[in-house]
Amino acid sequence: MSATALATAAPPDPPIAAPPPRRCDSSASWRLSDRLGLAVAWALGLFFCAITAAIVIYLLLEGLKYVSPHLLVTHPTAGFSESQTGGFLDPMIGTAIVALIAMAIALPVGISTAVWLSEFGRPTALARIVESTVEMLAGTPSIVLALFGAIVFESPVLGFLSQTTNHIVLGRSFFAAGAMLSLVGLPLVVSSVREGLQAIPSHVREASYAVGKSKTATTRRVLLPAARPSVITGAMLALGRVIGDTAIILVLLGSTLNLAGAGGAPLLSTLRGQGSTMTSYIYDNAPTGEGNQPEKAYAAAFVLLVIVLVLNVVVDFTGRRARRLQWS
Amino acid sequence: MELSKPPPVRRLTGDEGSAPTRELANGWSAPPQPLEAPNNHAQSNGNGHHAASAFVSAPRRVAPASIAIDRMRVNDLSVSYGRKRAVDSVSLPIRQGEVLALIGPSGCGKTTLLRSLNRLTELTKGTSYSGQITLDDVDIASMEPTELRRRVTMVFQQPNPFPMSVFGNVAYVLREQAKRRPRRKEVRGAVHEALARAGLLDEVSDDLDHPALRLSGGQQQRLCIARALAANPEVLLLDEPCSALDPQSTKVIEDLIVKLRDDVAVVIVTHNLQQAYRVADYVAFMYLGELVEYASAQTIFGSPQEPRTRDYVSGAFG
Repeated sequence: MSATALATAAPPDPPIAAPPPRRCDSSASWRLSDRLGLAVAWALGLFFCAITAAIVIYLLLEGLKYVSPHLLVTHPTAGFSESQTGGFLDPMIGTAIVALIAMAIALPVGISTAVWLSEFGRPTALARIVESTVEMLAGTPSIVLALFGAIVFESPVLGFLSQTTNHIVLGRSFFAAGAMLSLVGLPLVVSSVREGLQAIPSHVREASYAVGKSKTATTRRVLLPAARPSVITGAMLALGRVIGDTAIILVLLGSTLNLAGAGGAPLLSTLRGQGSTMTSYIYDNAPTGEGNQPEKAYAAAFVLLVIVLVLNVVVDFTGRRARRLQWS
Repeated sequence: MELSKPPPVRRLTGDEGSAPTRELANGWSAPPQPLEAPNNHAQSNGNGHHAASAFVSAPRRVAPASIAIDRMRVNDLSVSYGRKRAVDSVSLPIRQGEVLALIGPSGCGKTTLLRSLNRLTELTKGTSYSGQITLDDVDIASMEPTELRRRVTMVFQQPNPFPMSVFGNVAYVLREQAKRRPRRKEVRGAVHEALARAGLLDEVSDDLDHPALRLSGGQQQRLCIARALAANPEVLLLDEPCSALDPQSTKVIEDLIVKLRDDVAVVIVTHNLQQAYRVADYVAFMYLGELVEYASAQTIFGSPQEPRTRDYVSGAFG
């Protein structure tokens, strides 16, 4: 087709005929290797979409069979059949508490680390060390963090953070689990915020300096607001990881399904006490787990999945909105 | 380099803007040479005639200039990035009441010179400099950078409003550091004044609370000028302020620049010779870090003394 177009467009006749419209985006004119590559890319893409869709759809269908509103508001109880063992109110509260503690630590620490790395970063050697430390933290399996946390929080100095009887520190509490989980979320916050800050063109920073503003004012009033979508994205990604983590919960939150206070002031008692989260509840009730109540496990997994999906949608939405108002 | 003696302040009569240059040239108080002079160089450079006549036919917008006051003085300034010398022993004055245009090919050091004037070059790692720049006879090296940059503000090539409202962009500049945040009411007058000086108030008076990034490119750039003016500076630096804009917005901003020169010393870096011709009273031609020629716009475009200036202005290279 292109050859004929060229032939008819050849110069002999003074009034040159307009070449017929040609679709430039069609892959029909590509080389064979390019077309093969395209086919492979498509196949792989569809394959992974199919796997993801299968997991989500299967869990949603299974979960929808067993999930019911009363599960969300009843405490787990001991019983002989699945109809007697109650719901997962306590694990849901547990997930919320753990997520709150973890994010309350990870967000401020992560944002300030990112700001320091991106905007100050001096001395350079220290910045490089911090950078690789954060990267290493991102690559550390959470069970390793959990083990480390168990050692740290069993030390007598930190006894006020968990149940302590006769000077023996249990080392398992919402405080301990939340603190270690913050380390899981921290690298995600740092890298996302840092990327957001580095995406701001340098002339925007300079524009602020060039009207007599200090570095602090520039960071607080210009750079962080400009990087807000990245902060939100990082927070949501971290939150997703935190509420999905199981290893740290199993090691550092104890083995009771109900919230078990450690005594003392009401809220503090809960935070110092043991409990469970959605993930440890699913683990416990999985067919291979201690509880072996697959229906409850599927119902809980359904709720967890919905929460994580909602977080993903929020991330997508903020990212898309942010791209609308940007510098050229 | 020896500074050429500033010619007497010129006063122009007649209708501004529309009058052809030939007539305006008679209004110069002491024209060294009529503007047709470039024809003399035609032999030395084939392009000379065309380029020069393009300038002559372009209308030059000139409003009566007030008395020029020395604000800044650059003495023997050299700036290096690592080993690369970007600016090489440059000396020139910067006066209020005049627009100074820095022209020259890419990489000739004109932007570096501009950024040295409010010490923005310090933000680049590995920058070193020698020589002295004074602002009202005080060495700028001895001043607080924030204080200096409030008095010598800058507008950049890309419009870069901050991610806040139109009002907030200007109010941000007015807030003193480490002090209580002033209420909206307290800064409203000053914000409006700055927007009015930049000729933007009428267009945005209903959208003061809208995000500044929603404005058009030309409006964004004028907002950046308003922001730079809000600090009430003595010197305004413009780094190719129109290169990202359409001709219409360019004209608006050029008119604005000419209007501003009575209250602030204006220094503009531009690639666009026509623009330098339209707005500048004085022109500094730089080449490979050196200041080749500093003279009135009339001299640079009409009868440049240096052959390199002549070649550049007539389009032989650039």
